[in-house]
Amino acid sequence: MAEYSWPKYGTAYVLGKETDRIDGLVKATGAAKYSYDINRKGMLFAKMLGCPHAHCKIKAIDASGAANLPGVRAVKTLKEPGQEIRWQGDALAVVAADTEAAAAEALKAVKVEYEMLDVYVDDEDLAAAQKAGRTQPAGSNVQWEVEPDDDLDDEQADQEIDRLLKKATVVVEGYYGINVIAHMCLEPHGSTCEWNGDKLVAHLSTQNVSGTAGQFADPLGITADDVEVHCDFIGGGFGSKFAADAWGVTAAQIAKETGRPVKLMLDRDQELKVAGNRPSGYLKVKVGADKDGVVTVWDSHHWGTSGAKAGGISQTVIPYVFDPKNRRRKQTAIVTDTGPDRAWRAPNHPQACAMTQTAYDDIAAKLGIDSYDVFLRNLPSVSPKKGAHSMADTYRQQMEIAAKLIDWKAKWHPHGKGQAQGSIVTGLGMALHTWGGGGHNSTCLLKIHPDGGVETSLGSQDLGTGTRTAIAIVVAETFGLPVSAVKVNIGSSRYPNSGPSGGSTTIGGVSESNRRASQDALRQLCEKAAKKLNVEADTLVAKEGRIFVADHPDKGLSWKEACSLLGMNPLEVTGKFARGKEESPLSSVQVGGVQMAEVAVDRETGVIKMKKFVAVQDMGLVVSPRTAKSQIYGAVIMGIAYALFEERIMDNKTGAFLNCELSDYKLPRLGDIGEIIVELHEPESEYNRGVVGLGEPPVISPGAAISNAVCNALGVRVPVLPMIPKRVLDALAKGGKA
Amino acid sequence: MKDPSALSRPGAGVSRRAFLKGSGAVAAASAVVAGPGLIEAAEQKKPKVVSGKSPAKTRLDVNGKTYEVEVETRSTLLDVLRYQLDLTGAKPVSIDETSGACTVWLDGKPISANTKLALACVGKKIKTVESLGGAKPDAVPVAFVHHDAMQCGFCTPGFVVAVRDFLNKHPKATEAEIRKGLNSNICRCGTYANVVEAALEVVKGAK
Repeated sequence: MAEYSWPKYGTAYVLGKETDRIDGLVKATGAAKYSYDINRKGMLFAKMLGCPHAHCKIKAIDASGAANLPGVRAVKTLKEPGQEIRWQGDALAVVAADTEAAAAEALKAVKVEYEMLDVYVDDEDLAAAQKAGRTQPAGSNVQWEVEPDDDLDDEQADQEIDRLLKKATVVVEGYYGINVIAHMCLEPHGSTCEWNGDKLVAHLSTQNVSGTAGQFADPLGITADDVEVHCDFIGGGFGSKFAADAWGVTAAQIAKETGRPVKLMLDRDQELKVAGNRPSGYLKVKVGADKDGVVTVWDSHHWGTSGAKAGGISQTVIPYVFDPKNRRRKQTAIVTDTGPDRAWRAPNHPQACAMTQTAYDDIAAKLGIDSYDVFLRNLPSVSPKKGAHSMADTYRQQMEIAAKLIDWKAKWHPHGKGQAQGSIVTGLGMALHTWGGGGHNSTCLLKIHPDGGVETSLGSQDLGTGTRTAIAIVVAETFGLPVSAVKVNIGSSRYPNSGPSGGSTTIGGVSESNRRASQDALRQLCEKAAKKLNVEADTLVAKEGRIFVADHPDKGLSWKEACSLLGMNPLEVTGKFARGKEESPLSSVQVGGVQMAEVAVDRETGVIKMKKFVAVQDMGLVVSPRTAKSQIYGAVIMGIAYALFEERIMDNKTGAFLNCELSDYKLPRLGDIGEIIVELHEPESEYNRGVVGLGEPPVISPGAAISNAVCNALGVRVPVLPMIPKRVLDALAKGGKA
Repeated sequence: MKDPSALSRPGAGVSRRAFLKGSGAVAAASAVVAGPGLIEAAEQKKPKVVSGKSPAKTRLDVNGKTYEVEVETRSTLLDVLRYQLDLTGAKPVSIDETSGACTVWLDGKPISANTKLALACVGKKIKTVESLGGAKPDAVPVAFVHHDAMQCGFCTPGFVVAVRDFLNKHPKATEAEIRKGLNSNICRCGTYANVVEAALEVVKGAK
């Protein structure tokens, strides 16, 4: 049984060193080809017709008028008479034509008759949803510190909650919420599909290169071996691009029928309406704490929408990270006629954090004590997973680091008690988060060519997280080669299977498979080199382009000389990692993170400006610090976006998505982000845990941290995110009373 | 915001895009003759009048080369660049000028290629992000790589053009000026902090 390991802490060659993104220049100069950029001779342009109504029944649909228009080559209806539509934009028909304009014009000739049905889209007004019959119970849970445990009936539980609240030194009754947001991938969902004989090549904008071939094959009546899914570059996914989707399959069908390649990319408004969103959450809570701010009882009810299917934010993450001794939590789903949700970076967590760590901060406000102390005193005492390291220790260390970086002690003032500069007040806030991030299944095929060339192939994808670069670093580290010496082949389902990039699982998976393959390959190469050098193979090391005896650096071979011993054929080694099958020294699970925000709020205009933001994050062993930092910067900026700017705005009467173009969907720009400080928390103990995923965790805390900073500045809670100026002014007008 | 009353019309919202999204036919475009000056200047300055939707041949000067292209009156510069010249660095992200992802230069001025009709560009010099690449890439994309001012990279070419243009005008820009002056581009992955660093490096390098 082969042994796998990372270099001892502090001895790595390229692992953990600053490395340029290996595909950076092709991206920065426009040479990188995304799915949207794949052009073929004779290619048709397909456009999708979306339903203008949020809730209706199709009475009749007739696309024949479109078929005869100039340039139109194919027309497909995707809905039948009698079918119910549950959200605006749902696909009704697709037209393919010689030009995009001809396809868009032909859509207007598709005749549809609708039977209008009742529309309900308001996800915040619980009473209205109940009145409209749009609520469903979605789970509840109780936990008591003392017996009789969970045997209490509802009435007894009410009494126990009352008793605990009466006993508490302080009780906060709060309301907190966070609106639905879109993924807003800058490259919309879609594909360019072409057939070579009976084989389909789908250039799909996907986070799931290895997992979508079957989704095409089945409806096309072929088998997955006749499908290649290809994606070299993807313009954003964030959890929304795991599927072939109806529009992808339709593009492939039309390509088959017409014998011409077909490009179907969603329009911007369609991207927002139908290609995924993040569920909302609104929470009412009574929370009691002792004189030190330690929460003794939590009683919450929250609701929100995932669209036409029941869902919302799981009650299992309420309150977030903290684990109060006594708690009751209840979740209600609101069924709305809105587009279906899809996984959005760290599903459930950002909303749970924003709805609950704000309540913890309000305890600090009410007691007039430092929020830092309240967070510290409420840290969970047990590890979230058996055998995992102590998250409380991680948080304590990270809080200290973050506090120093933002100068918390010097800048802190009790809520609403800061020195105002005219109408401007400043404040500090913090939040903390956790995520699993264990590696996914991954298989790679590593080749060492007799001329010294090295390549690894796997059906993974680079979402912009730097997966290509990280893989190259892992292989280069093992062979003692520069990163530029390793060719990384990803982005095709023809390569060995590697998992979808979701849930921060990619770095663990691909590091595992590639470290395993390259360590195995090196052992084989060292055996050949050992014979040549007349030494034992285990005395050899690979460093700086050579394979040599560790104690006698001059006794060795250059990398090229060693590889020439392979003979005619390349050395091929498969590296394989199966998630959860074994404890691995190469990767681990569970990270923590602490974030602190400093804001300035104008009490007259309600405008919030980011002054400074600090993110401290562990991720076990850091493979590629530069791209890791980029992900954290990016997550913080996405967090600033949902804390201060972006929201889906629906028309309650018609169910129309009102701000479904980029011009109306507000996002931060370069001048809106303030100073951001990112700290990779990697003491030796973290390094020794091996690799853990990073993509989700840093996007979780910004909402709560920024909300808490605003509350600290104003002395008033702005209850719902995003904290647009109107909400700030409303909160000030109400003086914080919900 | 959209007018909700428009919702009763099926296909509402299509017409504006239909106008701006032009002839996307993929035709193998050929570089007619390399280098400006070989084409008669007078011919370049007279845009061909194209009536109706039938495509007509004309020439565009892109990155110092003259290309023969087929355009409809409604063809945008972005569509012609992407679908006829296969210059796909400029990206279609928004229906208007919100995103900055398709920023190119027209006679030295940065414009959004998706809101410019191709015919209005005849006789003018078009420069795209691809002109900053090649064997000797410009300092801006190099700095973007060094400071990792990209993630998914879909907005990056537009951002690179915007930074190049801004620094051409403000070669000694301070950090505060960079933060104030580069707000025409949207990035969803959140690369702004690194873009600031990249721009600062170019300023330092130019000294």
